[in-house]
Formats: sequence, C-alpha cells, structure tokens
Amino acid sequence: MSEAGATKKFLYINRKAPYGTIYAWESLEVVLIGAAFEQDVSLLFMDDGVYQLVKEMQTKGIGMKNFTATYAALGDYEVNKIYIDKDALTERGLTLDDLQHLVWEDENEDWAEKDSIHLVGRDEIADLLDEQDVIFNF
Amino acid sequence: MSIEINGKSIETDEEGYILNLADWTEEIANVLAKEEGIEMSENHWEVVNFLREYYDEYQIAPAVRVLTKSIGKKLGAEKGNSKYLYELFPYGPAKQACKIAGLPKPTGCI
Amino acid sequence: MLHIVNKSPFTAGALQSCLRIAKAGSTILMIEDGIYGALDGTAVSGQIREALGDITVCALSHDLEARGVNGKVLDGITLVDYDGFVELVTANDGVQSWL
Repeated sequence: MSEAGATKKFLYINRKAPYGTIYAWESLEVVLIGAAFEQDVSLLFMDDGVYQLVKEMQTKGIGMKNFTATYAALGDYEVNKIYIDKDALTERGLTLDDLQHLVWEDENEDWAEKDSIHLVGRDEIADLLDEQDVIFNF
Repeated sequence: MSIEINGKSIETDEEGYILNLADWTEEIANVLAKEEGIEMSENHWEVVNFLREYYDEYQIAPAVRVLTKSIGKKLGAEKGNSKYLYELFPYGPAKQACKIAGLPKPTGCI
Repeated sequence: MLHIVNKSPFTAGALQSCLRIAKAGSTILMIEDGIYGALDGTAVSGQIREALGDITVCALSHDLEARGVNGKVLDGITLVDYDGFVELVTANDGVQSWL
C-alpha cells in the first residue's frame, strides 16, 4: 500500500450499457490504469451499467472486441469492492445469477477466494458517494 | 512496420509489438528476444508463456505489479519479485516480456 | 412504416415516443442498445406485450447475443439477422430512426 496519507478513495460510477457507446470499455481501461497508483478503489454499477456484467456475451456477430473477460482480472488489480444497484437489476428483470461471479483472492489468508460483488440499495449508494474523495462518471 | 521471419513478413507497430496475436510463433519470440538483446532460457519462456495464458484468459496484458503477484502465486515467491523479473527482462518485465510474447503493450504500462 | 430504435428504453425516451406514434400494421426494429426493450421481465415488458397485437416487433439477433441476453427475449418478438434487417428496410415504404 501507499503511505497512509496519500491513499484516496476513488469511486467509478458506470451507468451505460456495453457496446452501444464506448463508455464501458473506457471506464474499465481507466480503472486498470488507475489501479497502478494503489488507491482505495470502488466500482458502482447502476442504471444500464448493470448490463456490463451480464455473462456469456458473444460479440462476433457485431464485430467488436468482447472485453467482459477483463472484469475477472479486477481482483488481481486489488479492485475488489464492486457495488451493484439492486433496483437497477430488478427494473431490468435481472438477478445476480445473470451476472459474472467476480472474486478476489486474499493474499493474507492463503489466497482464500472472496466475493467482490455487493448488492446495494439507494441509501447505501448515497452513503458510498459521501465517503469518496474522487468520483469518476462513465 | 514489419519484421521478416523465414521470408514471411509479420506486421508490427512502431515500437515493434506484433499487431496480430495469431501471427505469433516461438520462432518469432526468439527473433523479438534477440532484438531486445535477450537470449531465451527456460526461465524466460516460463514468464512469456504465463503472459500468453493470462492474456488468453483476461484479454489484457497485466501491469507489472499484477504480473509480479500472479507469478509469485503460480511459480513461487523466489520468482514473484521484481528483482528476479528485471534480471530476466532488464528493460521492464511487462514491456519486454509482453513484446516477446506477442501481446499488445500492457494497459497502464509506465 | 419501419421504426428503428437503437437506444435503451431505460436511458432515452425513443422507445416511448416510437410506441406512441407507431400505427397498427407497422413494424418496430430494435437494434444496438435498443434490444434491451425486447426482453422479458423488465419495467417496459408490459408495454411491448400490449403493442404486440397491432405492431410487429423485431430485434437484431447479433446485438442480443453480443449483450448476453438472447435467452431473455419476450414471446412474440421476431429475431432478425443483418439480411433480415435489409429485407425489412426494402419491404417498408418508409423508415423512421428514433435516434
């Protein structure tokens, strides 16, 4: 970790569906680049952003790169606080089972696998925003 | 830009990273290594193959910190440290090893 | 008339406007992020189901597959590929894209 005083809380808010716009992929790249600076990073998926984590995408037919395998690398980058707006899921007829199962491995507990994804409601999202030093919107 | 191997021309970007992942062969890796001043040993291959597997699974080349940690987990702590990796790839393990492995330059590579 | 919707029903009013204007006998084609309007169990599924009697609703299969939701399409919606897209354009007198 960085020196205590230098660590800031960064939140990336993802609100767009994948492929229709470039936001989802751009956000993921920025998160990965930002992770090199060892800050305290959280990701929040709300509105159409929850569609980014839907599993088993087949992009061959639209001729675009399927970047969704990269979300599974977030754990390696120590990005392991991934929040999902549960109302957004419900509104779209989705459940957690429709999404990728993202995990991270705790080096201090003999690489024990732990869940990265947490379902949150509107009050928890409001608190999450309050806690941050920096918020990026995609 | 391109490099010539056995009369076959392989396209690269201006920094020498090959453009088409599918063009890669071990022979090309040896040529790319030689251009970097590296003679490929078993230890070099171990890292290069690890990177190719990582890319295959996650569609990205890992940042140095992630590479170091993941190598440590897979091959043991004596290899999962930057001293070991920089001895193998003096100009930066992610950068040089990725080039030899035929991957794009790592995201966030500094 | 062929109506084309390429925006998600949750972020833009395109689908709503289209449904309000589309006459009986016309066709709606959902493409790109518009295909999220073709799914079952969502907040807009009821509206689409209601429209289905009078209007033909199609969705581009490649866009459904790309987004991993091809298994969730509402009954009564017709899946088309790129050739089907072209056929719809040529078979209809006019095309309105709700951008």
